[in-house]
Amino acid sequence: MSESESLYDRIGGEAAVDAAVELFYRKVLNDHRINRFFDKTDMDTQIAKQKAFFTMAFGGPNTYTGQDMRNAHAKMVKMGLNDSHFDAVMEHLGASLTELNVPADLIGEAAAIAESTRNDVLGK
Amino acid sequence: MAKLTIGENNYNCLAEETVLDALLRQEANISYACKKGTCHSCILRSMDAAPPQNAQKGLKDTLVHQDFFLACLCVPEEDMTLKLPDQSEFYTEGKVVANEMLNRNTILLIIECQDVLEFKAGQFVNLQREDGLTRSYSISNTPQDSKTLEFHIRRLPGGRFSEWVHDQLKVGEMLAISEPQGHCFYLPDRKEQGVLLVGTGSGLAPLAGILTDALSHGHSGPIHLFHGSSELEDLYRIDEMRQLAAENDNFHYTPCISRGHVPEGFSSGRANEVAMNNLSDLKGWRVFLCGHPEMISQMKTLVFLKGASSADIYTDAFHVTQSTDI
Repeated sequence: MSESESLYDRIGGEAAVDAAVELFYRKVLNDHRINRFFDKTDMDTQIAKQKAFFTMAFGGPNTYTGQDMRNAHAKMVKMGLNDSHFDAVMEHLGASLTELNVPADLIGEAAAIAESTRNDVLGK
Repeated sequence: MAKLTIGENNYNCLAEETVLDALLRQEANISYACKKGTCHSCILRSMDAAPPQNAQKGLKDTLVHQDFFLACLCVPEEDMTLKLPDQSEFYTEGKVVANEMLNRNTILLIIECQDVLEFKAGQFVNLQREDGLTRSYSISNTPQDSKTLEFHIRRLPGGRFSEWVHDQLKVGEMLAISEPQGHCFYLPDRKEQGVLLVGTGSGLAPLAGILTDALSHGHSGPIHLFHGSSELEDLYRIDEMRQLAAENDNFHYTPCISRGHVPEGFSSGRANEVAMNNLSDLKGWRVFLCGHPEMISQMKTLVFLKGASSADIYTDAFHVTQSTDI
């Protein structure tokens, strides 16, 4: 494995993103702590957005900015989105990747990238 | 440098430039938002060249099949003739060759159309009356040598188009028909897959077509059809579906009634609820949902939670046009 290969490629690229998003989104919709934030969302749109998010979390090609994250979550912050909800999402992210047998160190890297969006997502 | 053609306008596309950037640079009127393939706002259709594969990433297979692509991801490899989603449609003339009642409120309308374009059962067309009144209806048959298209048209109280079809439109009269549209149809791949069909009311129209298509392609996986209505009198083609189930071991038909007396041979409850109670695991299944918009949006989530992949869920929501609309 070359040093320069990105986390995205090491995790398995687009195919891994597709598999992870479906697992992840099922967990989110089944979680009473957070599924109210997804109630009114069209599932197809939501899954497309999650794919973009996972691609970013895996360090893949993306053009997300902190401002995008803020804008996208502003409505949910008004609905009461806080750290506990962010923690729940992080938990499902980790569990989905574990289920796909992604090695723990790679999960750690992905989690760190996702964690770096916390303040923007929560509008802090 | 590739040339892009939309209607009567030509645009050039510079090396490495995406179709979206080229069109925006030359001030074409095109909708877009994220510019990174997520939002699908800039979806276009190529009428000639096959779009590059990467520009179809994340699109439904039935859209890919029709050469739809995302302008923001497409660096064209050759000249392309494009169609915008809202570009005015091409209409052709059709003649009513039969109309008969399927039940107390749904009519079977058969229209012969010599110039009918390629279509798939389950797609829809816009039917237009002489004065311009237009409604969308699903095609319930597969392409025929007789060049006929079949529709199930339910009478809606106060529905200007449906009441006209029921009360006035006669055999021999002409109607304008748009090109076929929509992406809720069967593609003959993964034939061993389980297929779930759930429809309410005249939602049976696209589903019956999809079913015929799947069976004629030798689909080998189990196919379950749940057709529901509030009362027995609003179901139709019951005997025909039972006959198909008797002839095809892999096809299972469950008519559902949600109100009043439920005779033997019918299930009690809404079609979507009965389907969910009967099928516990939809992992790897292909799902088609047609009819009431609310039923569809609920079911989409439920079948996804039962394991169906979002790429395998095809829907056709029947929105009722307000009677005051044109």
